[in-house]
Amino acid sequence: MTTILDPTSEQVPEGRQQTRRPESLSGLTVGLLDISKPRGDVFLDQLESRLTGLGASVNRYVKPTFAKPAPVDLRHEIATSCDAVIEALAD
Amino acid sequence: MTDAARGAVPDGLVAVVKRDCATCELVAPLLAELAESQPITVYTQDDPTFPADADWVVDDTELAVSWHNDIETVPTLMKVAGGEETDRIVGWSVEQWRAFVGNDTLGDGLPDFRPGCGSLSVDPTIAPKLELAFGDTTMAARRVELAELEDESEAMFDRGWTDGLPVVAPTEARVLAMLEGTTRDPSDVVAIVPPNLHEATVEKVAINAVMAGCKPEYLPVVIAAVEAICTDEFNMHGVLATTMAVGPVFVVNGPIRKKLAMNSGMNALGHGHRPNSTIPRAVQLIVRNIGGGFPGGIDRSAQGSTTKLGLMIAEDEEGSPWTTYSQDQGFDAGVDTVTAFCSEGPHTIVDQKSRTPESLLRSMAQMLSHSLSPRMVMGMDAMLVISPEHMARFAEAGWTKERFLAELEPLLAVESDTIIEGVDGIDEGLPAGFAGVTLPKFRPGGLQIVHAGGPAGLFSSILSGWVAGEKGSLPVTKEITA
Repeated sequence: MTTILDPTSEQVPEGRQQTRRPESLSGLTVGLLDISKPRGDVFLDQLESRLTGLGASVNRYVKPTFAKPAPVDLRHEIATSCDAVIEALAD
Repeated sequence: MTDAARGAVPDGLVAVVKRDCATCELVAPLLAELAESQPITVYTQDDPTFPADADWVVDDTELAVSWHNDIETVPTLMKVAGGEETDRIVGWSVEQWRAFVGNDTLGDGLPDFRPGCGSLSVDPTIAPKLELAFGDTTMAARRVELAELEDESEAMFDRGWTDGLPVVAPTEARVLAMLEGTTRDPSDVVAIVPPNLHEATVEKVAINAVMAGCKPEYLPVVIAAVEAICTDEFNMHGVLATTMAVGPVFVVNGPIRKKLAMNSGMNALGHGHRPNSTIPRAVQLIVRNIGGGFPGGIDRSAQGSTTKLGLMIAEDEEGSPWTTYSQDQGFDAGVDTVTAFCSEGPHTIVDQKSRTPESLLRSMAQMLSHSLSPRMVMGMDAMLVISPEHMARFAEAGWTKERFLAELEPLLAVESDTIIEGVDGIDEGLPAGFAGVTLPKFRPGGLQIVHAGGPAGLFSSILSGWVAGEKGSLPVTKEITA
């Protein structure tokens, strides 16, 4: 029998249940995060008008660069002020 | 029996020998002669009937006594009183032995001096096993027991611990031997590895280095390379997550290139040389196994690249009249460094006819201006790896690296009108607002220059980068320390 050493971090990310889908977006705040790729704003503008039409209020956010993870403060702001988030990649 | 008891030796004279040692053979009759007149115990490492089939000869083929008493050379002769060693000599010296045992005629007719041989307990293939069996090992990683019928390589593929090629099983003995390559404590944290931001301890780095096929002496380079990629400047998370085809490419400078027999010559960007291939592979395994950066997971590359498997270039410093790459990064000559540069795989520049530096420079500039896309300026860095035969054109004409870069700059200037969106029927390009200006192909300092390659072949290489600067990835250089 061979004994080997675990090469991983030995930390498996905790499994979490997804938040239940809202019945309706009416009256909810939806965050739209533009990751700063070209023409991402064009796509999100369209989404915003569709969401507003459904009765949602929309908050817009922009990541400083698509090449790096969103800053922790921005993630916190989105998490505390939105009921739902759409993250858009436009390539 | 306790560990300490396994190393205990009786009072009197104590010798440690092995048959496979000419000096031990030489002193064998003297040990027998001493046994007739005083208490002596002889521990034998390889043959329990050597130096004699007698009650004063003790089997130490398990090497417990040798290991516990730090025997490095055989023969070793010790004096023990009250359970404590009071003195020891090693090898054979007629003068030393006579004084040690108080016998003026011992060894008459033997040569005056013979050096001893290496003790089996310090044999590099055996020592790690002894350390495990008898030592106070501090390795903390979870032990994974493979079943009797489980194939080691298959078991590691099944667990998702490889890069698609087989890996070496990281047994305790192999990892312990790997840890001998550094003076750092196994529990030291080398870096926090993206994307999952988990700690890479020296021990975890060593485990992955074993799997990649590294030798222990490579470990300091692996550690420095991991430190380099796990900085905010290098941005390993972004390098991994991008849909572009990039990975960390490494450049090594300093005397360690020779010490580790790294390749700077033929196939410098290719295969066939263990340190060049296994060190960057170890770094990639660390990103995967510790950081959780799996292809198809956070690694979103559309087409991927061989630079995700591992590419390490040892600069040919000796063959170039120019400053080294690490000197350009502000390090002194003679300092061992490793640089991480985010890049796709190499593209060849073919120029077999230029005989003047001016012609070759223009040829190189034309290729560089097409790096990634001729319509892309300032956003992406590149590394130019100049081969010895191409370098000779500049060296013979007395060009310095500064002159090379100065003469190159105007050749890499782009009239923005030629690369605006829609020009020549191509939608890719700069927005119309940029019309009417001259722009540089690369940001200041964005072109990295390295010298490497075989002696023949009028070919150089371009390694095209990724989003450059603070918003993307910057080249990061770290000193390699023990």
